[in-house]
Amino acid sequence: MSTVTIPRPSKPWGVNFKQAIPDVVAAFATLLITYAIVAYTPLKGKLAFVIVLFLVAVIASAAISGIRRDRKAALNSISTVMIYVAGMFVIFPLGSILYEIIRRGIGGLSLGMFSTDMAVTASDAPLSEGGLIHAVVGTFYIVIIASLISVPIGILTALYLTEIKGKAAGTIRFFVQAMSGIPSIVAGLFIYAVWMIALGNQYSAAAGAMALAILMIPTVARTSEEVLKLIPSDLREAGLAMGGTQWRTVAMIVIPAAQSGLITAVILGVARVAGETAPLLLTMGGADALNLNPFAGNSSAIPFYVWKNFLLGTETAIDRAWSGVLVLMIIVLFFFSLTRFLSGRKGRF
Amino acid sequence: MSQANPVHSLANVAAAHSASKGDHHIAGTGIEAKNIHAWFGDKHVIDDVSIDFFPGTVTALIGPSGCGKSTFIRILNRMHEFIPTAAMAGEVLLEGKDIYQSGTDVTKIRLGIGMVFQKPNPFPSMTIKENVLSGLKLAQLKVSNQSELLESCLVRAGLWNEVKDRLNEYGGALSGGQQQRLCIARSLAVSPQVLLMDEPCSALDPGSTLRIEETIRELSASMTIIIVTHNMQQAARVSDRTGFFLSDGGPGRLIECSSTSEIFSNPKDKRTEDYVTGRFG
Amino acid sequence: MSTATSTLPPKREITTKPRFSDKVFRAVVTTGGFSSLVILGLISLFLLYNGLNVFRTEGLGFITGFDWIVPLPEEGLPAQYGIGAMLYGTVVIGLIALFFAFPISVGAALFLSYYAPDWLKKPMVLVIDVMAAIPSIVFGLWGFFVLMPHAEYWAKLIHKYLGFIPIFDMPANAFTRSPFIAGLVLAIMIIPIITSISREIFAQTPLDRIQAAYALGATKWSMIKSVVFPYGRGGVVGGAMLGLGRAIGETVAVYTVLNIVFDIRIEVLLSAGGSVASMIVNKFGEANPDELKALMASGFVLFLVTLLINFLANFIINRTARE
Repeated sequence: MSTVTIPRPSKPWGVNFKQAIPDVVAAFATLLITYAIVAYTPLKGKLAFVIVLFLVAVIASAAISGIRRDRKAALNSISTVMIYVAGMFVIFPLGSILYEIIRRGIGGLSLGMFSTDMAVTASDAPLSEGGLIHAVVGTFYIVIIASLISVPIGILTALYLTEIKGKAAGTIRFFVQAMSGIPSIVAGLFIYAVWMIALGNQYSAAAGAMALAILMIPTVARTSEEVLKLIPSDLREAGLAMGGTQWRTVAMIVIPAAQSGLITAVILGVARVAGETAPLLLTMGGADALNLNPFAGNSSAIPFYVWKNFLLGTETAIDRAWSGVLVLMIIVLFFFSLTRFLSGRKGRF
Repeated sequence: MSQANPVHSLANVAAAHSASKGDHHIAGTGIEAKNIHAWFGDKHVIDDVSIDFFPGTVTALIGPSGCGKSTFIRILNRMHEFIPTAAMAGEVLLEGKDIYQSGTDVTKIRLGIGMVFQKPNPFPSMTIKENVLSGLKLAQLKVSNQSELLESCLVRAGLWNEVKDRLNEYGGALSGGQQQRLCIARSLAVSPQVLLMDEPCSALDPGSTLRIEETIRELSASMTIIIVTHNMQQAARVSDRTGFFLSDGGPGRLIECSSTSEIFSNPKDKRTEDYVTGRFG
Repeated sequence: MSTATSTLPPKREITTKPRFSDKVFRAVVTTGGFSSLVILGLISLFLLYNGLNVFRTEGLGFITGFDWIVPLPEEGLPAQYGIGAMLYGTVVIGLIALFFAFPISVGAALFLSYYAPDWLKKPMVLVIDVMAAIPSIVFGLWGFFVLMPHAEYWAKLIHKYLGFIPIFDMPANAFTRSPFIAGLVLAIMIIPIITSISREIFAQTPLDRIQAAYALGATKWSMIKSVVFPYGRGGVVGGAMLGLGRAIGETVAVYTVLNIVFDIRIEVLLSAGGSVASMIVNKFGEANPDELKALMASGFVLFLVTLLINFLANFIINRTARE
């Protein structure tokens, strides 16, 4: 056996221990200086600490690179610190939001709240009384009905854009894009104008669902379009080359191939609208009692339940609102993870 | 004379192939392209190509890329018109009838003229079995004995022994070469008279390529096959006749078309000789 | 030789006679495809129709006036509807939101594209996507109970040290539910939008240009300044406009953290502001049929404004992405 010495792989461009020492020392010094400033000057408090830390870090890193190299390097390190701070900043609100929801919402959570409604419970009654079954049922209804309306329209729109590619495709794509920016309150007003004023119907879960469907269509259409675009045109041609009509090719080959992506599109739409509040305030009436008829009579939904309790403002009502938010977040995050799971799963091609 | 070597070796292959094939019964229907022109928008891409594809033969279309071979065979089963800017002139006669005649049912035409694509493309949502029989569903044909048809198509495509125990697996689970033979089997299920193959081996390894070539030779006993290929050796190995396409920057033209051994050993046109000896392309 | 045959045959008309099933299929899909256009048309039609009377009687005053007076029936006085103050307030909180969200989002997008270590990228993108999925009522509650106490303290600091600037002046000691706080909540809500669009645009920056800049001895920052920003400018601006559109249309979250007052004030720290969308919810519950029409008219204005902003934003983004 001849001994061929293979050189050890190394990454000379990486940061090695020796080079990192000055940076670590600088970071340590920054912390110390910050602490000293906060301790021995009138600047006090968490906010002051953060701001001072930020300024000292910027100045220190700029000074170090400025001395080591030149002005350009100093500028570079200032921007680096600022960009890192911006990156970190994005994480804080979510952390705080999730933490507060759990902290404030968990107390009011009980199994009992999923079996009773608020029909006979006073706003300052203890948390053990009453529940949000009426809101859960309402949310269930509106999500189902909104999907039934928006999924066919959304997928047909996507099919028009990818399969028919008609003359209006560019225009429609543009309008669908713009439609996803419609304020939700406008959708509520519209349904109110059509369904209540013009057609004379009363508040109902179905009315709320119609408003949500308007918000859901663009999400479903745009995501489905992305998915359908990924189906290789080869497959369509193969279907047509074997004597399939366009209809049979789309129904038998394109849609089955895109199936899991299309399901993701639908769930994404559901996640988008499940927590909507504003349109429901104009269309559902906001009942406290369970209403099993989705087509007539005041009904509620979880966001509406949260809203109502928030406006009541008593201590227990606020606790109920936070529990409602917790339930709502669990539902939204469940749908959200479902889309991740489905789109993360390896497709068949 | 050393430069002539490739010609000789290819010519030998071609001659050997013709000899081995011998006289066979002419089967299937021929297809004839008459004065074909094609455009994409204002760009003229094929100029006046006429070829008569004889029944029961394999015709190879060779030429450098961009010379219009693929466009040409897509004209033969009316796939050309899927490109929105596409236009054409000339006639394609199948059983003596022009397939571009107005009022023709395009889906029926494509049933009679199957196609195998460059990249293997089994339908991802279907099993092997469903893939082979997909043509029946797509074209809404009725067949009394599906399992018999399934077996015969897979046998003819040379895939039966490899997949007979896994017919309910998804097509995507097969290797590239097997997938391509599955696509061939899929085309056979609707019993076309003509099979178009657009560089069917360009995405495959040499072993799978040989296997497909074998399949092509076996199939040629019963149908007319037209194969576009970049690979001159492949043309020499599988085809009875060869057409050479070339574009001088303008539209692609058919330089010459005759028996494969003639093209490789005794081409009439200087450009054909230059191409088959590897001076360009 | 090639010029000799210059007479080309005429192009043939390729007539494909689609089968009946395909005709039905195409008709159904086309109808579905056009339904979004129809819905958008119906929305503007119905809101305009319902608000038409208000537009007629108020005229331009509906946009410029800032009184919303609904007299009791027995008073017999004419009603007055003007959303000028609300439009002004909407613009103010939108701009405050952009002031905070824009630099942070662009910074975060740069961080994700060029600075973040690989192991951090995926979780951070996930965080941003989750942020985008959080319902606005949640932001409202969090903003009211969690952010507002902090923001009130910050507002007091700003007033104390920068109070000489008119916009930070305070005529009364009321720091809660101010445009400043509403703007902060909106900023957090639109950061995910601007960040993800900026990131998508930055990711399309041609790699060869980036490498060319590095090869010329650029630092990371000077590379970003000379290559990434010029390339992505349009997309980032478009993303900011999409964020602005979202901020303008936001209803519930703003309602919870903003005290709606029909008055135009420049003091952003004061507990008095406006937002068209929130005002609609605010007035809707007790509105009489006449006032309801005024709300429909407000909705129509809001719809037009957001649609316009979205058109413009998407136009800019599409143009940048296609380049």
